[in-house]
Amino acid sequence: MAGKVHNLRHSAKLVAALVVLALVTGTAALAAGGHSQASDTLVFGASADPVSLDGSLINDGESIRVVKQIVQTLVAQAPGTTNLIPQLATKWKNSPNGKVWTFTLRHGVSFSDGTPFNAKAVCYNFDRWYNYTGALQNSSVSYYYNLVFGGFKTGATAKNAVYRSCRAIGSGTAIITLTKPFGPFLGALTLIPFAIQSPTALLRYGANKGTLSKDGVFVPSGTYGTQHPTGTGPYKLESWTVGDKLTLVRNDKYWGKKPFLRRLIFRPIADNAARLQALQTGEIDGYDNVEPQDIATIQKSSGLKIVNRPSFNVGYVTINQSMKPFDNIKVRQAVAYGLDRASVVNAFYAGRGSVASQFEPPSVAGWNPNVTKYPYDPNKAKQLLQSAGLTLPVPVEFWYPTNVSRPYMPDPPRNFQAFAASLEKSGFKVTAKSAPWRPDYLGAVIGGTGGALNLLGQTGDYADPESFLGILRSNQQFGLPASNPLYTKLNAALSVTNLEKRAAMYKSINQYIAQTLPGVPYVNTKPALAFKKTVVGFKPSPTLNDNFELVRFSK
Amino acid sequence: MLRYAVRRLLLLVPILLGLSILIFAWIHALPGSPAESLLGERASPESIAQIRSQLGLDKPIYVQYWRYVETVGGGDLGTSIATRRPVTDEIKQRFPATVELTLAAGFFAVLIGIPLGFFTAKRNGSIWDQGGLVVSLIGVSIPIFFLALILKYIFSVRLGWLPSVGRQDVLISAKHPTNFYVLDGIVTGNWDAAWDAVKHLILPAVALASIPLAIIARITRASVLDVQNEDYVRTARAKGLPPRTVDRRHVMRNAMLPVTTIIGLQVGLLLSGAILTETVFAFPGLGTWIQAAIENRDYPVLQGGILFVGIIVVLVNLVVDLSYGLLNPRIRLAGR
Repeated sequence: MAGKVHNLRHSAKLVAALVVLALVTGTAALAAGGHSQASDTLVFGASADPVSLDGSLINDGESIRVVKQIVQTLVAQAPGTTNLIPQLATKWKNSPNGKVWTFTLRHGVSFSDGTPFNAKAVCYNFDRWYNYTGALQNSSVSYYYNLVFGGFKTGATAKNAVYRSCRAIGSGTAIITLTKPFGPFLGALTLIPFAIQSPTALLRYGANKGTLSKDGVFVPSGTYGTQHPTGTGPYKLESWTVGDKLTLVRNDKYWGKKPFLRRLIFRPIADNAARLQALQTGEIDGYDNVEPQDIATIQKSSGLKIVNRPSFNVGYVTINQSMKPFDNIKVRQAVAYGLDRASVVNAFYAGRGSVASQFEPPSVAGWNPNVTKYPYDPNKAKQLLQSAGLTLPVPVEFWYPTNVSRPYMPDPPRNFQAFAASLEKSGFKVTAKSAPWRPDYLGAVIGGTGGALNLLGQTGDYADPESFLGILRSNQQFGLPASNPLYTKLNAALSVTNLEKRAAMYKSINQYIAQTLPGVPYVNTKPALAFKKTVVGFKPSPTLNDNFELVRFSK
Repeated sequence: MLRYAVRRLLLLVPILLGLSILIFAWIHALPGSPAESLLGERASPESIAQIRSQLGLDKPIYVQYWRYVETVGGGDLGTSIATRRPVTDEIKQRFPATVELTLAAGFFAVLIGIPLGFFTAKRNGSIWDQGGLVVSLIGVSIPIFFLALILKYIFSVRLGWLPSVGRQDVLISAKHPTNFYVLDGIVTGNWDAAWDAVKHLILPAVALASIPLAIIARITRASVLDVQNEDYVRTARAKGLPPRTVDRRHVMRNAMLPVTTIIGLQVGLLLSGAILTETVFAFPGLGTWIQAAIENRDYPVLQGGILFVGIIVVLVNLVVDLSYGLLNPRIRLAGR
């Protein structure tokens, strides 16, 4: 009995000791709350690490966000807009034939490694991209060069190359010659992949060196893209520990006004909820792509705020005109009147969406406020179907994707259900068909073998109408015959280089699209960022060209 | 013993072969393909076909499998599509984080689980025992993901006691010669960094330890109850040995045999739980890496990373089996 009591005492002591240990650990951790915030350092919660810091070899948002602070482009966008402004080029002019661009360069600019920025450096960068060979030509590596400039000096795509040559006149003038007049050229030059990087650093740190792995991935063997990105921007790389943090510090050689913040730290936190909580605990000062359901929580919090990014996407329903009776404009008009877009946008986008009227968002040149509108009107839709000689209800196969969420389409099945219900009230008999987003759904819809109606959308690549309207020209999903006048109009606009003239042409194209209805755009959404209320001066760019130069902490 | 060890080592061959077939089959059953992951969703069918041909994805499945075995056998686990870094480099960087977290969780589970099991066994049938049972049941049944969120909400967001993400405060400047952050802090004499790394480990380790802790506590309890009625324990008591000595030398030592096996088996549980825990706490280990690879359809990472984790689990289980042999003379001597 005595032994048992002793045993119990002993085990009780052991448990008590462990509890004390746990308490000590917990109490000692008391001091851990948040981090000691330095007012000249901003910690931004990224959703992932950058893929590379070599501007020309990136296409993902997280890489672009970081590299944007290090490098600059000849032409830039005014903060928070897509309006073009001078950056490394102070002015430019285009030749009468539209093929030759003369850029006058900013004087007194140097790269963060101390080497001068000049016309030779500009030409070195353009020639570098154009002369990519092997793995570097892979569209997963040089995505934007492939997209904008069509092809390289050598290889299968050479015949499509838009770029021909670059000539340096003295140190202050670069003349770039293209193979054809190319309207989107200036807008595309605002893309970070076309930023001018230090030729000396590119060479010294082997930016072009690398191999294609057995998995088809470009593996750099130089250290330029991981340790030595060098540009003319307000910040330069201090250190990068993948998975942990990437630190930028002020570039003392920056030609412009010194940024307020001395350091920018990008911390990868993949999970959305974890990013929100890190903001709440003060471990980060801001993050992007706030989930719609978290917006109310942030707005209610006294120390946090939501910042809206202008919309740069559009959600739409495509109509495949190769499927009868959708070749008839009256039937397509009936679809447009029969889709209750306002209800869907109001019900499913948590206040982040607005009803779209065209295939490009309002932030892009050529958006036309006066296009033909199709407010929800089921009776008018039925009349149109009857006047087309059809018996109601008109059967229609309507496809929607599963296993996907996009800013313009957070929950496709829900959008589909609401649209299907409104179409059924408008004289249609909807047959639902769904498929996993990739490859089944996209493959079928883009290849023109999906439904007559398909739920789709896109986020733009760069600030030019071509980036949005190009989709109408380049595939079969709309079932347009090759002779369709839309192609002629789009091709004509593509070769016009005067910005005002282009905008006018695209306004006219947008009206033509609204009248001929290859599809029905229904939503533009605004992504949200969250910051501490003390963070001021951040102007989100529609195209993710976010600039931290003017960001600071309020007192 | 040697024969037993060799037999167990030889068994690794079919196990690893089976594992590689399972992983290969699973990756091929996933929707999409590496070609589409590489080129993005708006890639043209022609460029996808070209990449498929480049990567040999148009070859018969057994040819692809053999190529996979050859590559992996040569120590090349491929290259991440998302980060363009070799999978082995990523493992070198992330594995220490997961090991650190797993060790911390294992330490916590053993440190609390064994005494708790012993304590409740000694108070068999009492209110303490019932309480221990309830705690264990909660530990086993509450999803790690949910527990992690609750812990984080209470101790990070509401109370602000502990950090909510990562392995170290980003404002701390520290060197990482081994990538084991606690160890790095100690080795480099940067005590602030070491202590900060410990603070970052507490919540994820507690969340991750919940299930193993409950299991260890229940197994210890059952084992102690079993052993303390054995003849040799009664004999030891009858000889007049002090109760502490009986518990230490006769009860615990023998009761630990099944517990050791269970602890070894928990490594698999800890590693799978690490995927969820690391995601919630943005802890940059293998878990967040594999989770991101699933979302990005990063096939080389999935193939290489899961194979690596599988091999680790198999090896740990082997070590446990061998150590079980060392602890248990009946196994140790069986081969003679």
